Amino acid sequence: MMTAVTKKTVLIVLRHSPYGSGLAKAALDTALASAAFEQSFDLLFMGDGVLQLHPGQDSRVKGFKNLGRQLASLPLYEINHVYVETQALARYNIDVSKSPVHIQQLNGSEIRQLMTCYDHLMGF
Amino acid sequence: MIYSLLILSSPFSGDCSRTAAAFARCAIARGHTVHRVFFLDTGTLASAANSVSAQDEDTALQSWAELADLHSVELAICITSALKHGMFDQTEADRNKCPFSTMDPAFTMSGLGQLVDAYASSDRLITFGG
Repeated sequence: MMTAVTKKTVLIVLRHSPYGSGLAKAALDTALASAAFEQSFDLLFMGDGVLQLHPGQDSRVKGFKNLGRQLASLPLYEINHVYVETQALARYNIDVSKSPVHIQQLNGSEIRQLMTCYDHLMGF
Repeated sequence: MIYSLLILSSPFSGDCSRTAAAFARCAIARGHTVHRVFFLDTGTLASAANSVSAQDEDTALQSWAELADLHSVELAICITSALKHGMFDQTEADRNKCPFSTMDPAFTMSGLGQLVDAYASSDRLITFGG
């Protein structure tokens, strides 16, 4: 039962690869639950977390659901902003220009600035 | 100040679950409120009632159960993660044809909506693990 009356601003920070642990899925589920309860939140992909945005990911061989496909459904949930660490994208050579989600790239100092703008940070 | 905690790591790997319980104890001792502790992903293993540790080792379960017992801290377990990790309360044990509950009664089966409620109603949400 949802009893919250207040609305907080939240930045969900995704720092882990999509299939190496359950954290990427846990973060996505938390984002979707937050959207369902009409909370105001943004997403930030950092470090290994940018692998979740890999355009060619295919999880069938591992027997998992494709997280990239679930991420692609995010625009349906009126998520305000999706941010990604520029250096991490470069390190893994990931191209997000054709991503179904609009993604804004940030450098280290912009990320530090961004993190001061929210009531809560949730790190996954 | 009103705190809520999010626990993402297993109590059997690293000290995150214990550190979180210690944080909750200290916050309460200083007059703060711990609104809810939410266990997600492998964090749900903190509720494992049948885990056996070495005799000379304190368990995270003891720390959590004390917080629930002495300070009425709500220990909310994400039901999807819990079922995946074999953690059943009596209702879920019956539903999944498991002969007994595997979850310590200090914990309550819950949904992600309660995590959203926890951060919406707290001044601070502290994440442990991950």
